[in-house]
Amino acid sequence: MTDTSRQFLRVCSVRKVFGAAGGTTVALNGVELEITKGSFVSIVGPSGCGKSTLLQIIAGLIDATSGAVFLADREVKGPPPGALYVFQQYTRSLFPWKTVERNVAFGLENRETLSRIDVAARRREIIGLVKLTGFEHHYPWQLSGGMQQRVAIARALACRPEVLLMDEPFSAVDALTRAGLQELLRSLWRELGLTVIFVTHDVDEGVYLSTRVVALTRAPGTVAADLTIDLPHPRDQIATRALPQYLDYRARLLAQLFADEGLVAGEVA
Amino acid sequence: MTDSVVPNAPALSEAEARPARRHVLPWNTRWLGVGLIVVLLLVWEVAAATGRMPSLSFPRMSEILAAWWRLILSGELPRELADSLWRMFAGYFIGVLLGIMLGLLMGYFRFFYNLLEPITEVLRPIPSPAYLPIVILFLGIDDGMKVFMIAFASLFPVLINTYSGVRSVDPIQLQTARTFGVTGRKLIWQIVLPASSPYIFTGMRVSLAVALIVMVISEMVAASSGIGYFILSAQRGFQIREMFAGVLTLAVVGYVLNRLFVAIENRVLAWHYGYTQQQRH
Repeated sequence: MTDTSRQFLRVCSVRKVFGAAGGTTVALNGVELEITKGSFVSIVGPSGCGKSTLLQIIAGLIDATSGAVFLADREVKGPPPGALYVFQQYTRSLFPWKTVERNVAFGLENRETLSRIDVAARRREIIGLVKLTGFEHHYPWQLSGGMQQRVAIARALACRPEVLLMDEPFSAVDALTRAGLQELLRSLWRELGLTVIFVTHDVDEGVYLSTRVVALTRAPGTVAADLTIDLPHPRDQIATRALPQYLDYRARLLAQLFADEGLVAGEVA
Repeated sequence: MTDSVVPNAPALSEAEARPARRHVLPWNTRWLGVGLIVVLLLVWEVAAATGRMPSLSFPRMSEILAAWWRLILSGELPRELADSLWRMFAGYFIGVLLGIMLGLLMGYFRFFYNLLEPITEVLRPIPSPAYLPIVILFLGIDDGMKVFMIAFASLFPVLINTYSGVRSVDPIQLQTARTFGVTGRKLIWQIVLPASSPYIFTGMRVSLAVALIVMVISEMVAASSGIGYFILSAQRGFQIREMFAGVLTLAVVGYVLNRLFVAIENRVLAWHYGYTQQQRH
């Protein structure tokens, strides 16, 4: 294959069955995805459609029942070094006994053989990037929710991952903070040339942030819609969201999700 | 984005920062309880002086304090205390270390839990004086026996609490560490131990009290030195003032040890108090 970048991340017929006392649940049923390097892909779907499960499989945190995930042509078995995962529950994901700078340095100290001076320099750079300079010696629990999630993002970015896997990272903060985090994430994605896979239940958020949105059906999850979002960059919270194409993408995805739920758009409104 | 953090709040003026301290009345503070102790000691003194108490078994408080002072100056009491504290700390640290290690193993590996949980539950409820005679059979009456007794009794509170702590580590913290490639021994050192440290400290605090008790008991049963031996032999020699002086020494030692422990705990677990306070909001 000549164009390997097109297959940067491949999800091949991933199926996941959860066994429980009452029987088994098929969470994912043959999901196929190919993700280009440098793209920003959102995975949307109703709650319980298995989108978080899919992300955890890509992250190597859980194993697929069958099928496989390849990152840069290497099969994912356990957390791959090039991909880092940002959890929705930042309060539980940050280490409360470490200060902001020690949290940010956590991955650096463990993953890479860097001198202390290099760690300090990288840490400072990243803390500046997520606009937390001045809060290095605070503990995470002394910060607001939005700032805590920025610490978690900084901790991942410090390791210079190629892929950032984000599981509803902004769903626990207020709307204004969320808009700020969205802008921060978009600028980091563009500046650092990241590939982002972003799970959300919010169609608007998915369309606004992404270059591509994948909609999953309710469990057993399969790909229901796959839209390339061709909106101009840079994007703007007010202007972009008022563009006719934006509204069109949004309407098509919502229609898909409503149809999947057996709802008619009129009834929902 | 709203960057609201407490430390950014405007600095209080000096008058505001200092609360109206002089208005706090003594009976709203801990001095109330200190006063009660002083009153009880005075009652003791008066009761003994006026002959309302049998003077042989209840000497005057002032006589006890004088005897105590003499024993400290002569070096007798410090010598006994040094012997006792050495045994206590040796046993305590061995017990704490083993307790943490076994608790980690049991909390982390199902195999060790299945292997060790039953024997823990069988041995734990036995009051330590009950197996003292057995230990004497095997280890004699020297320091080894006392250190063993203290270590064995200190082990269980730490073990149980460490186990609970390890079981209650947030799985998201463990998963986070895994995504950064932190596994195995590194995971235990960097995540499991610090995350369960509040539990471990709770166990260590219980064990400290237990260690003190077992130290005194084992010294009373079989020893030729130590504060427990001193108290019992003073009683047998009708040196009642000296006996009371020994008991007072233990009160002071227990108090100081606990204050030291709390000071260390507050320092090491400062993050925990802030964190749990935030969680409650």
